[in-house]
Amino acid sequence: MAISDVNPFEAPPKGANMFAQITDNVSRIAETDKPPRAWYIAFGFAQILLIIFFSSLGYVVWNGIGAWGNMMPVAWGFPIVNFVFWIGIGHAGTLISAVLFLFRQNWRTAINRFAEAMTIFAVVCAGIFPGMHIGRPWLPYYMFPIPNQMDMWPQFRSPLEWDVFAVSTYATVSILFWYMGMIPDFATFRDRATTTARRVAYGIVAMGWRGSSRQWHVYERAYLILAALATPLVLSVHSVVSFDFATAQLPGWHATIFPPYFVAGAIFGGFAMVVTLAVPARQFFGLKRIITIRHLELMNKVIMATGLIVGYAYGMEFFIAWYSGGKYEQFTFINRAFGPYAWAYWTMISCNVILPQLHWIPKFRQNPWCTLAIGLVVNVGMWFERFVIICTSLSRDFLPSSWGYFVPTPVDLATLGGSFGLFFTLFLLFCRYLPMVAMAEVKAFSPAAHSHADHH
Amino acid sequence: MSDEHKHSPAQPSEAPLHGLLAEYDRPEQVLAAAKKIRDAGFTKWDTFTPFPVHGIDDAMGIKMTILPWFTLCAGLTGLGSAILLQWWTNAFDYPWLISGKPMWSIPANVPIMFELTVLLSAITTLVGMLMLNNLPLPSHPLDHVRRFAKVSDDKFFLLIEASDPKFDDADTRALLNGTHPAAIEAVFEDRITVDKLPTGLVYGLIIVAVMAVVPFALAAKARYTKSSGTRIHIIQDMDSQPKYKAQRENPFFADNRATRPAIDGTVAVGDAREDDHFYKGKQGDAWARTFPSEITLSEATMDRGRQRFGIYCTPCHGQAGLGDGMVAKRADSLAQGSWIPPTNITQDYLRQMPVGQLFSEISNGVRNMPAYGPQIKTEDRWAIIMYVRALQRSKSGNVNDLPPDARASLK
Repeated sequence: MAISDVNPFEAPPKGANMFAQITDNVSRIAETDKPPRAWYIAFGFAQILLIIFFSSLGYVVWNGIGAWGNMMPVAWGFPIVNFVFWIGIGHAGTLISAVLFLFRQNWRTAINRFAEAMTIFAVVCAGIFPGMHIGRPWLPYYMFPIPNQMDMWPQFRSPLEWDVFAVSTYATVSILFWYMGMIPDFATFRDRATTTARRVAYGIVAMGWRGSSRQWHVYERAYLILAALATPLVLSVHSVVSFDFATAQLPGWHATIFPPYFVAGAIFGGFAMVVTLAVPARQFFGLKRIITIRHLELMNKVIMATGLIVGYAYGMEFFIAWYSGGKYEQFTFINRAFGPYAWAYWTMISCNVILPQLHWIPKFRQNPWCTLAIGLVVNVGMWFERFVIICTSLSRDFLPSSWGYFVPTPVDLATLGGSFGLFFTLFLLFCRYLPMVAMAEVKAFSPAAHSHADHH
Repeated sequence: MSDEHKHSPAQPSEAPLHGLLAEYDRPEQVLAAAKKIRDAGFTKWDTFTPFPVHGIDDAMGIKMTILPWFTLCAGLTGLGSAILLQWWTNAFDYPWLISGKPMWSIPANVPIMFELTVLLSAITTLVGMLMLNNLPLPSHPLDHVRRFAKVSDDKFFLLIEASDPKFDDADTRALLNGTHPAAIEAVFEDRITVDKLPTGLVYGLIIVAVMAVVPFALAAKARYTKSSGTRIHIIQDMDSQPKYKAQRENPFFADNRATRPAIDGTVAVGDAREDDHFYKGKQGDAWARTFPSEITLSEATMDRGRQRFGIYCTPCHGQAGLGDGMVAKRADSLAQGSWIPPTNITQDYLRQMPVGQLFSEISNGVRNMPAYGPQIKTEDRWAIIMYVRALQRSKSGNVNDLPPDARASLK
């Protein structure tokens, strides 16, 4: 069996010049009748997880959230751990698309589109958990300022209400940004379409984009403005999520370090998810020419930088606990490292602080499979970080008489595992039907686009 | 690849000329051509490129877009509406005290202000971009030019419209030829795309529009008419449960009552109150004239009595028991005429009244004074009586009742 049977994208892209090759390299993924076998395997696996996800959510809706293991004193448990985990994943996408754009980091063009897609799918997964955790998921409109029969309004001074606005704004702006970036690429798909269905479908979403320079002018300005808006937004979202904890009086939560610590952690975990997706994607969809080893290495460096910030935050929390002299605070941190959840704490430290240090060695950070492995490890570590923050602090606070120990139920595990099914299903459909790489942006920063400079 | 769907160009004899299209292979070629066309003074022309070509704005003389002002206005609107929303809902329409903080405190409202500013700005930026670019634009004369399909791939185009005052078929073609294009093609007005929407689509849209009104009409009908039917209760929560509630009918029992009466002779735990002196204030058939043996005459009991009296009795009877409590004063000031004033408990007949009868009146109420038995514990009621006796004594005392050293201080 030839390689091309398994993967139709191994062949070099067609085209007389660099622009045409970029177009072909990206478009053929969405135009092929037969995606690589790996896609089918991954999609089948994702479908199984998705069924598990919807079944477990249905079970929870029908029976109530007592089906989960959250119980006083750990009332937040898995749902909020998963929420913070998924919302954090999203941050890398916005960072790549907006912050790196403002900093003129042109290498981002190779990865920004699917990092943005990852953001949106992660936010979709994240939003489900608090929606279910409210207990009566048919009443989420209580959280929005809608005039209602009870004559009651939301309480705008609560961080949980800020969260509703922050996350929904973040989801909306991410989708707008993502969609606007895709308009020129949809036009490419429309112009290359060989069937009426594709031409009409991509034609509608391309909105009649024809690449006029007068339109590009407004478009570029709009892109810049959206990037400038998304940059503070991405910093605000995880800051607001951290307020859910930091404004509480609970030892281990009540800390001013939380907003920057959460944002750094989110970017850390998010980049880990980007490389986790990028390595297989470039492998199976023949994108090695566009997403190069250099891109992986740069992302690994971001992972290292943010990972060190996170490690510093872990240390600083201990220092503050000691320096503050608060005995409850001190107990909480001793309890974190050596109490009943020590196993979770040291998993977190190993995954987030120790193992990523392998990337100091160039050979490791330039190896795709090593990148993937560390990416997976960091994903695990960042999930455990949220677990440690929530479960250790809640399970043992001021009064020993109200201490407890959180144990997840099988439904908890099914909901967590199943949420990956939703994420990967959406992501694999995106790979199959939407422009996976921002073709217009890659072309604009390709060497061929700038050769005129030689003639000046 | 696009041959199947691109229509063939309109017949030159039928359709008027839209403009002249020049094709280029490289971005720097279209950039150079754009400068020439700009300098030649054309106004109705454009270039079309697969990506934003660096420097084309200057080369074409494109003015800065007003889009940022749209965004600014939207951002300020978002900020203003967030302030108004939070002030209206939490500080004005339904003032809500949280942790003793001020009703209207800006810092806690900043996150929502920020989010709504960003939300409105972002939506306006995208909608404004589409508006300023005349998008969506379903049809254009260039759609019928086969080579133009490459504009989103790797080719660069320049179009001069025939409606430009400087346009002249031969001269303009010569000018374009001087920019070294790969090809020049005449573009004709769009006569193929039907301007009108398909009839089926129009009727479909009308039907959808009419259907969309139905829910609102039903809501309006429900709002302004009366119905004897039960309310629609989609999510039951636990509002209706298969159980019998107190005071309801239950056909299972002979007496049809869901509430089961106590069986005759039943005594609940702690209800076997056999000591009539303590619980009823009676000795035999007469009111008790002494305190029961459960109550010790002590400073502690007296303090307890004073404290309970302060809580339960002073609102009406006043601190000294003169019947001048705050409730009585308020009732007097209202002067409604229906008020029965509280009793001055230092009156003679009350001083003569047996403690057992006082106990009974506190426990069961008298005139418009309600029964305090259910609220005040039995021993506390006796303690109050002890304090009442002290108050009564204080009204009839003279200086000789005081201890000698305290007597001296009054002089």
